Amino acid sequence: MALLKNRYVSLNETAEPKEKKSFFASLFSKKDEKPEVKEPPKKDDDIPAGSVKCPDCGSIYDKKELGSLKICPKCARYYRLNCKERIRLIADKDSFEEFDANMQPKDPLNFPGYAEKVASLQEKTGLKDAVITGKCTIGGFPAVLGVMDSGFMMASMGSVVGEKVTRAFEYATANRLPIVLFTCSGGARMQEGIVSLMQMAKVSAAAARHSEAGLLYITVLTDPTTGGVTASFAMLGDIILSEPKALIGFAGRRVIEQTIKQKLPDEFQHAEFLQEHGFVDKIVDREALPYTIRDILKIHSGKGGEE
Amino acid sequence: MMPAYDKVKIARKVSRPTAADYIEHIFEGFIELHGDRNFRDDKAVIGGIAFLGDIPVTVLGIQKGKNMEDNIACNFGQPHPEGYRKALRLMKQAEKFGRPVISFINTSGAYPGVGAEERGQGEAIAKNLMEMAALKVPTVSIVIGEGGSGGALALAVADRVWMLENSIYAVLSPEGFASILWKDAKRAKEAADLMKITAEDLLELGVIEKIIKEVDGGCQNDFGFTANLIKGKLEMEIPALMQKPVDELLDERYARFRKFGEFTE
Ligand SMILES: [Zn+2]
Repeated sequence: MALLKNRYVSLNETAEPKEKKSFFASLFSKKDEKPEVKEPPKKDDDIPAGSVKCPDCGSIYDKKELGSLKICPKCARYYRLNCKERIRLIADKDSFEEFDANMQPKDPLNFPGYAEKVASLQEKTGLKDAVITGKCTIGGFPAVLGVMDSGFMMASMGSVVGEKVTRAFEYATANRLPIVLFTCSGGARMQEGIVSLMQMAKVSAAAARHSEAGLLYITVLTDPTTGGVTASFAMLGDIILSEPKALIGFAGRRVIEQTIKQKLPDEFQHAEFLQEHGFVDKIVDREALPYTIRDILKIHSGKGGEE
Repeated sequence: MMPAYDKVKIARKVSRPTAADYIEHIFEGFIELHGDRNFRDDKAVIGGIAFLGDIPVTVLGIQKGKNMEDNIACNFGQPHPEGYRKALRLMKQAEKFGRPVISFINTSGAYPGVGAEERGQGEAIAKNLMEMAALKVPTVSIVIGEGGSGGALALAVADRVWMLENSIYAVLSPEGFASILWKDAKRAKEAADLMKITAEDLLELGVIEKIIKEVDGGCQNDFGFTANLIKGKLEMEIPALMQKPVDELLDERYARFRKFGEFTE
């Protein structure tokens, strides 16, 4: 699986929890309404405190101007959302109930530094690993929802991501619910070796059973979705949505450039490129996603036009 | 025990027998079938129908070449999406006619190229994982050389997965692993020791069910020995799997892959 060229700066990587409260205590609380935005890594030191400099257009503005959608007010660049911010945008208020909140990775290869890295990211992000799963309603329609977080080891898929997503599918199958997964990932979690490769088969098998039960699976590809996640559950949705310009691919850009000994155009592996080649159903603006997902759920709900 | 990286070297030997060699030796009346019915015939994946003894089977293999000309034709055993889709077409055909599927795995990985991305390498692999998990006929996969990443797994979501003694199966090549995690591909040997890529390690982890012996130095030194062992084991295993009711077969296959994962909660 591939390592990404870091084309977008993840805000999550520099984010620190303001205080030690549980993920869900903070999820819908009032005083937490504005998502926290820290400065991206910067070359110039002249950015005022509380401001961000857009890595794409170079504009400097107060971070509040990004709003809960985290979109650059000048050039419409999408900053990455962490899973807390994403769930707040998608799930109906107070409807989200988390599954498997305490699941954490072990260290199957005894890989030097892995346990420490996990522990420090857990401290920094307030997450146990790179995905949050649960059930909620979206526009009033019940669904299982999973959201990956690129702030946790680039949302690579190891045992915890594989197990939580598998259980989410199994819960959805058992309870005859649709499932909506927001993907982003650098690929398989190398530090877990072959065990992480096997997660691809495990999740895909669970997705197969959900599909055979005649249930709906929506994937929403977000920046960046690559490697073993692309080559498993990201590409298995009945309906595959994507955010604009999200990087989506199997092999990493750098690996391909080294293989073919050529530079690739900027738009290569963007959502628009995938849509053009027939692998994305619809590119949806971030602010429209909750409504688009609601509408798709509604069409599959067996209910008539009026709600 | 032999260091893991020595096995990597044996697994990659150009003289190592290929999928086509095993197919020719083990099965009778092999009829090769070409193409994915969509884009083209990917020669990195071979497939067709044959007899195992008197049992009709579908056979698949990821094919490496033994010389430059062959390797150019089969892209050094790195399939494109159409290769995976050809394999899937033949697996669905096997399901229709109730034939077991046997696949021989030997690839460093799916090809990382522009056309491969344009035609959906990720989607092709994902689809195979999902369809193989639910395929209603018995499946056996045998790693005969390199089992590289998702590109290998795409033909290996099987009821039984076996490995030759000197083959490897990994999330990524030791070189790729070292370059991602340590930014230094030269530490591949060290990576190989850590990664649990040998048949012994993978048997212990439950990733495979059987190790198939090779003579000293590798199966190229006595191909017949290893090929006959595989044939014998398939002649035992395939009829046994065919006895199982489909539901039981599928539940066991689901459980086989469901068990992987190391976590606390
Ligand atoms: Zn901007």
